[in-house]
Amino acid sequence: MVKNIIDVKNLSKSFDISYKETGLKGTIKHFFRRQTKSLKVIKNISFEIKEGEIVGFLGANGAGKTTILKMLCGLIYPSEGSILVSGYLPFRRKENFLKNITLIMGQKQQLIWDLPPIESFYLNASIYDLDKFEAKKRIKKLSEMLEIDKELFIPVRKLSLGQRMKSELLAALIHEPNILFLDEPTLGLDINAQRNLRKFLQKYNKETNATICLTSHYMKDITSLCKRVICVHEGAISYDGKLDLLLKKLSPVKEILIVCRSEEDAIKLENYGFTVKNKIKNEITIKIENNSITSSLKTILNNFDIEDLFINEPPIDEVIGKVLIKKDYDI
Amino acid sequence: MISNLIKRKIFTLLKVQYSNMLEYRVEIALWAISGIIPFFMLNIWTNNNLNESINISDIMLSRYFLCAFFVRQFSVVWVVFSFEEDSLMGKVSPYLIQPLNPFFRYFAQHLAEQITRFPFALIIAFFFFIFNPESIWIPNLGILILSIVSTFLSFLIQFLIQSIVACLCFWTEKASSIERLLFIPTLFLSGLLAPVVSFPKYVKSWIYLTPFPYLIDFPANLLSGNETNIVGGLSMQILWILLLFPLFKKIWSEGTKKYTAMGS
Repeated sequence: MVKNIIDVKNLSKSFDISYKETGLKGTIKHFFRRQTKSLKVIKNISFEIKEGEIVGFLGANGAGKTTILKMLCGLIYPSEGSILVSGYLPFRRKENFLKNITLIMGQKQQLIWDLPPIESFYLNASIYDLDKFEAKKRIKKLSEMLEIDKELFIPVRKLSLGQRMKSELLAALIHEPNILFLDEPTLGLDINAQRNLRKFLQKYNKETNATICLTSHYMKDITSLCKRVICVHEGAISYDGKLDLLLKKLSPVKEILIVCRSEEDAIKLENYGFTVKNKIKNEITIKIENNSITSSLKTILNNFDIEDLFINEPPIDEVIGKVLIKKDYDI
Repeated sequence: MISNLIKRKIFTLLKVQYSNMLEYRVEIALWAISGIIPFFMLNIWTNNNLNESINISDIMLSRYFLCAFFVRQFSVVWVVFSFEEDSLMGKVSPYLIQPLNPFFRYFAQHLAEQITRFPFALIIAFFFFIFNPESIWIPNLGILILSIVSTFLSFLIQFLIQSIVACLCFWTEKASSIERLLFIPTLFLSGLLAPVVSFPKYVKSWIYLTPFPYLIDFPANLLSGNETNIVGGLSMQILWILLLFPLFKKIWSEGTKKYTAMGS
């Protein structure tokens, strides 16, 4: 049986936020008397993650995904509840815990800007107590996997965003952590760079059985990497389960564009009893429930003269978008 | 364990930071030049014969201010500004989850900068001796070693004071303004503008209880050969380090609980 590597129980986090009214009066009032309010950004959440799992955290901006990741890696202190990651309390930041994890934030960098990335890699290697030989071996392996072996000796400031992000990833993985916390790792990357990064993460997960917790606004990252998603809405978990179940629940129908040989056939089809979305000359778009796709298509092909047909999946962004604005999903 | 830390982590940090500092050699030359306040003060003192009132000869006074310049070059600290910026921009977050306190990075950065600064400081000293040949002297080896130790202890005191102030970023976000308050006593009481011996007696007795005279005055007097209590001065420096270090550790541990990882 696969063991739990992350165990979160009744976790909450509050921040003190100061408020300021607009205008000169508000500014003066703010200068003399600060008004602060405690804002609960994470509200009593619980979940478990198994070793080797890749879990996507979904939610709108400000929903609390990044705060959860920050608490899981020990960067910020929880207000209430308990977290156990790999048997450690993250916030204590014990050396053995820190050697087991990594955090990559898409918009932040740890590489030294004016030096080639290889200098930062060796620096990180020494911080994680790797000897030079082992560090060299890992840099070679990871740089080949990430296809940045030619960029190792170019100052970071001269690298493209994609090359920089890959270098960040190498710097963050040189100690071969078992748990990866990735906060929008593909932010700002072009399509090819995004795909390469996803491929790399899949390979890393497969080869090392590392657990990956990921947040991303690019749905492709989530659909190609995560079987399980945790949806966060206003600091609470609105869904925790399989991604495909969520998609089925959220998009129960498919749209089928049928191109008939004649306009008469299209008219006959329009009146056959299907839910018609639209019809233009001999092209008709109908909506069919997922569970009756096969039988409906059989009927259409047997009774009408069809030139072509296309099954359209609803855009995933649109489907997931529904999750971000809803509180609960009972699947 | 400590030797392992020093040998591997600190040495690599130092090496990398030194490479980084060499990228900024022009800036470092300018920083070194910008530290010539002691020479202006020397000019004011000698032109107004102020040294006569404290029984220090022109030569000893010029040596004192040259040494004050050197001590300042190798003990100047700016960790509060670096940490504040990194903290506000969220850059400190990746360092916090590495098995090395981020202040070691800043420490190495300062040491690397001092090494880079050294040749520029020597060039400035060379020009100083061209214009003041009577001030040339060679301190004996024992005094030179003790002065280097004392300058390093001065650097440690300043680094710890600023690190403590820097940790206030976890509460105030603008800790550098507190450092600016500290800058005033540091400027006046450290011996940068005037040797502490020139202060009135009752003021002096208070000043020597603070860490400030051990930042520049004591090491500069030691190196220049002026009369000073070597054992007392070094003991006070060590005492301040022993007081400040646990305070830093405590404030760091409390502060990181307050960290909100802003900007990241």
